[in-house]
Order: sequence, then structure tokens, then C-alpha cells
Amino acid sequence: MSTLTLQQHATLSHLDWLESEAIHILREVAGQCANPALLFSGGKDSLVLLRLAEKAFRPGRFPFPLLNIDTGHNYSEVIDFRDFRACQLNERLIVRSVEDSMRRGTVVLKSANESRNKHQSVTLLEAIEEFGFDCCIGGARRDEEKARAKERIFSFRDEFGQWDPKNQRPELWDLFNARVHKGENIRAFPISNWTELDVWQYIERENLDLPSIYFAHKRSVVRKNGLLQPVTELTPARPGDVVEELTVRFRTVGDITCTAPVLSDADTVARIIEETATTTITERGETRLDDQTSEASMEQRKKEGYF
Amino acid sequence: MSAIERLPEIDNGLLRFLTCGSVDDGKSTLIGRLLYDTKTILADTLHAMARTSERRGLESVDLSLLTDGLQAEREQGITIDVAYRYFTTGRRKYIIADAPGHEQYTRNMVTAASTANLAIILIDARKGVLTQTRRHSYLAHLVGIPHIIVAINKMDLVDYGQATFDRIRSEYLDFAATLGIGDVSFIPLSALNGDMIVDRGTRLDWYQGPTLLDILENAPTAHSERDEAFRFPVQLVCRPQKAGVPKLHDYRGFMGRVESGEIAVGDEVLVLPSDQRTRVKAIEIYGTSLPRAIAEQSVTLLLEDEVDISRGDMIVRGQKSALVTRRIEAMLCWLGDVPLDPQRKYLIRQTTRETKAALETIGYRLDINTLKQMPAERLGMNDIARVVFKLAQPLCVDTYAENRATGAFIVIDESTNNTVGAGMIL
Repeated sequence: MSTLTLQQHATLSHLDWLESEAIHILREVAGQCANPALLFSGGKDSLVLLRLAEKAFRPGRFPFPLLNIDTGHNYSEVIDFRDFRACQLNERLIVRSVEDSMRRGTVVLKSANESRNKHQSVTLLEAIEEFGFDCCIGGARRDEEKARAKERIFSFRDEFGQWDPKNQRPELWDLFNARVHKGENIRAFPISNWTELDVWQYIERENLDLPSIYFAHKRSVVRKNGLLQPVTELTPARPGDVVEELTVRFRTVGDITCTAPVLSDADTVARIIEETATTTITERGETRLDDQTSEASMEQRKKEGYF
Repeated sequence: MSAIERLPEIDNGLLRFLTCGSVDDGKSTLIGRLLYDTKTILADTLHAMARTSERRGLESVDLSLLTDGLQAEREQGITIDVAYRYFTTGRRKYIIADAPGHEQYTRNMVTAASTANLAIILIDARKGVLTQTRRHSYLAHLVGIPHIIVAINKMDLVDYGQATFDRIRSEYLDFAATLGIGDVSFIPLSALNGDMIVDRGTRLDWYQGPTLLDILENAPTAHSERDEAFRFPVQLVCRPQKAGVPKLHDYRGFMGRVESGEIAVGDEVLVLPSDQRTRVKAIEIYGTSLPRAIAEQSVTLLLEDEVDISRGDMIVRGQKSALVTRRIEAMLCWLGDVPLDPQRKYLIRQTTRETKAALETIGYRLDINTLKQMPAERLGMNDIARVVFKLAQPLCVDTYAENRATGAFIVIDESTNNTVGAGMIL
């Protein structure tokens, strides 16, 4: 009658369980897909993916190349770190850039300063076609945003890269179905079940290095709509803006034009964990200028092929 | 409850649970309440919910808005797909699978239930045990969820009366006995006011049992309660053979996850379906050697002898060997839009193995509302039936009642590659 029975057998801690599940997912991708790629940006979630891939496949090589879609609007610290890490792991890194798509004419910006974040989808689909990838592994998490809460771990995309929320494959037990016809592909998300706090706890436990901008540093910013807009060449201060020199860190790292830092003097992973555990604002709400546009904006982008 | 302000002192692992009930039972409100009272909802999300509540003309923040994920659902105001939610208490991490309660979504509930170790079944205190309650309980039982909590909600609308609670409890127990449901707990609550969820509140003093969160904090996690046979489906074989690294030349690692039981270095193992015996030479992950591995742990096994093993094979231990078979009898839940066609061949995936399969017989179809067995020629979406499949290649199986990992399979339609069925081996 009671559920309060004692546990007879040892089970995994929550972090070990999440790690183990992610390794299982990565190995299923390798076992089921002919030509997968791992999306790697140099950001914290994709750095966690790389450690998980090491655990899944060493002493062998990764059974996939790393793929980065570069908007051309990234912080150089992150790009340098991306190249350094790929080199350190001795794994193949493929970079395709939104600027090349713009030159080809497949990406057309409404204005020169428009965020290139959503245009990554076009370049990603072009890269998928160029290399014939049947699966892209990404670091998205279900806790990031409402539209992601119903995303499958193995998410089917049609030949236009579209995600149809009403036509997802049922996903039962840990029996993943990565079968696709030519031209279609799967997006696999090994850390679907992780939260931002889990990610930071794992970074601490595994002692992972991160690009420096994740830690507290001085930066010129302008306060806009409750967010901090960094002052950069791409996003210069406008007349009338009050530029402040503040101690900030980035919680997420993406396109310079749409990623805002947060006020923080957390300069170590331990202090970031402390802040993350007590924060009152969601990760995307505090830092993503593009998700605020409409409540359904992520869902819209995903339907168009955003990962 | 101090929630996530405190970081884990004791890591009490991870619990996956399922909530079933309809919007009318206050399920979304219950989940919203759990997240809100454990301080998992952050200010900006709450703000967005408040704005939407206001737009809809509601007086207070509607906590159920938190679980309405997709645009289509927000328009219709119903939950149409399984959503996953996360919260932590600092001691334990939780994954909630939120399944819609409407009749046409049996497939969603089976999906959500497949990974859960505990189910919360919501009953509206004014309505008592309904057909829907029976359906949810049967499905939770069918999919092998070992622990069931019957949450009798909306106690605020029945003046928090104990008599109502007792009547529903005894009605449910009568029905549960006919299904063979063993472990059931009952709890009265008001999700709307937050009584007996995280805080006890002041209006249910006659109830002496634990709060909902107390039950969750102490519920056993998967694989913790009984001895299980060791099962290790091989996902990949690692043969690095790096030039210039002689010690890797003969390296053959068998990569996979311990699906049940445990294994230690030196243990004798049996490789299925080829029936070869050998011993475990080493257990490793990322260059670290482990003395043993437990259920749900992903590792690489190295074996004493050179045995021919590939993806889809299964390494098991000693006495309690899995059955190698070309014929399986199962309870099948049909998930596809297109009905099961008895003339066609399908693909079955079980553990890391795939085989072609043909339907041999449909024993009966179960009427999910009356639980009566009906004759059936074909199966449509949301139908549950007892079936027999013939297999082109042998599978290494246990009964689902014995082992949820090796007793489960999915059916794939090769023309669309869709997952169209979920089976539990008898």
C-alpha cells in the first residue's frame, strides 16, 4: 500500500543518469545513422556534447565530423575556442557560413543590421544537402523554451528541414527510430532532459574549459528593454545611448546582435552554479533578444528548419 | 520548501513520473503548482502567464498555462501531445511526462508512461472514479508503472470533506483489485489552492499521510527495488586500431548500456543469440576502469576471449538467460494513422536489434473503456490488442513484466519509416 519502501539496489545519481542517457543516445545515432554530424558552436552546451562524445566513443574516433554554422557575427573568443577544442580533440571540423549563403543569394537580409540568427537555418540546410547528412546532433534542451518541451529526442525533419509539431513520431522507452528516406533527416538531442543547472553542474564535475566570456568580465553595454546590449562594432552605441562599463557574463552565446550578457561577478563555475540555482529569470528570457518577439517565435523558427 | 536554493546535499537520483487526467481534473494546474511551489517557475515565465491570464479575462494567474506548449494547443486550450517538464528539490531531480487525457490520445499516454516509474492519476473529487480513470489506470498498469498515486483533486469544491475522499478511495480500490494493481497511494488535494502538494495547508487536517511532494521525494527509482538479471544490448563495437598505438591494436570494446541488473569484472557472461560463453576482462568508460557497472550505466565491456559480437547482440549473465525466439506474443498498442494491415510485413525494433515481422494472429482487441475482450480483424490508432508476431530473425527477449527494457518493442512501417506500434511481450 505504501510507496515509501526502501531502495534495495544502488542507482545512479541524477548527473550520472543524465550522462549515461546522453551517451546511449549518441551511440544510437552512431549505430543507426549512416552519415551524422555534431553541431558544435563553441558554446557551453555543445562543449558538454563533446565531452559526452568522448565518453561515448573513446578510445575510438568520433563517428561524425563537427559542423558549425557561422553567422559571421560571433564573438571571436568563442570562435577561437571552437577551433582550439576541435584541434585538441583531433576531430574534423566543418564550418559553413551564413555570409556564403548571402553571397549565393540564398539568404537575403531585410537590412544590413538584421540578426542573422534565424538565417542559420538556410545555411544549415545547405550544409546538410552538401554533405548528405542524415542526422544532426544538437545541444538543445527541453527546458529552454515552451516549444521544445514537446520535442522528441530523435526529431524527424522532412526534405525541407521542416519540423511538424502535429506529426511527430511517437517515442517510447529508449527505442529511438532514426530511419529516414533520402533527403530527410533526424535532429538528435542527447541533452534534451538536462536543465541549465545540470549543464553547469556537469561542467564543474568534468572540469570543462569554456570561452572566457562565460565568466565575469568588464564590458561596455547599453541598457535596452531591460536587457544589456553589448557595445560592439556590429552594435555600436546610438546617439543618446548611455554607455556603461559593467561587470557581466554571458549565459548563452550566440549571434552578437541577439545575445545579451547579464550583470554578474561570478568568475568561477562554482559561483555560476550558485547564481543559476538562485536565478529568477529564465535563460532565454534574460539573454535572447530574438525570443521575445512573440510567445510562439521559437516554434515558428523550428517549423522553418531551425535546429 | 526551500527548493533549489540549496544545492544537493544528498543526491537521491532522478525520478520519472507521469501525470494523467484531463484539463478538467486540474492536471495542468497541478503541474503548474508543483513547479511554482518548488520555485521552478521563473519570474519572466510567470509574467508571460500573468499577461495571458489577463488577456483571457481571468482574475488570478492560471498555472495551467505553463504546460500549454504549442501554438495549436494554446488556440484550442487543450494539451495534444506529451510534454516533458523538469524540476528539482535539491535532493532529487524530476522529469514529468505530461500526457493528455482525452480519449483519442491513448497513444500519447502509452508514450508518456513508457519511461515513467510512477503515475499520478487525477480524480475530480466531485466526479469520483470515471471511465477515464479506469482507462488511465489500466494503461499505467499495462505499461508497467510500478507505483500509482491517486490524487483526489478539487477538495476545495467538496468542502475538504473526508467522507468524499474515503468513498472514492474505496471505489478505486475495488476496481484496482480487478486489474491486479498493487501499490496505490491516495492523497486529497487542491491544486488550485496548493493544499497537500508541497505545503500541507490548513484545511485537510484529517489527512495524516505525506504530501504529494513527500511521496515523490521518497518513491523508489527504477531498478532500485528488486534483483534483476543482467542485460547488455550491444550498441557498437569499438575497434580503434590507431596507427602507432600498439596497445590499441587488439582493442575490442563492446559499447552499450546496462539495461538491467549489474556486472563486475570477472563475471561469466553469455553472448546471445550465438550462445558463446566468456568472462568480463574489464569495464571502462573514457579511459577509466570500473570494478562494476549498475543498471542504466553506459559503459564499454572488454571480454576475455575473442568472441564474434556485433550491434544487436546481447550480453547476459549466467543463469537467468533471456529467451531467444522467432515468435513473440505481446500486448500491442497501435499508434499509426493507417490501420495495422495483417497482410503486410513490418519492422520490429527491440533493444538494439531490428527484424522483419509478420502478424500471425490477433487474439482479441481490448475495449479500453469496458476492459472487455473483443474479436478483431484489424487494428486502428489507439487500439490495444493481444497479438502474435512471427519474426524473420531471432530476438533475445524477456517478458515485459520481468524486464521493461528487453520486453518492449516498437513497430516501424518501412514505407513511411514511422513508428506505428508499441508492444509489450507476454
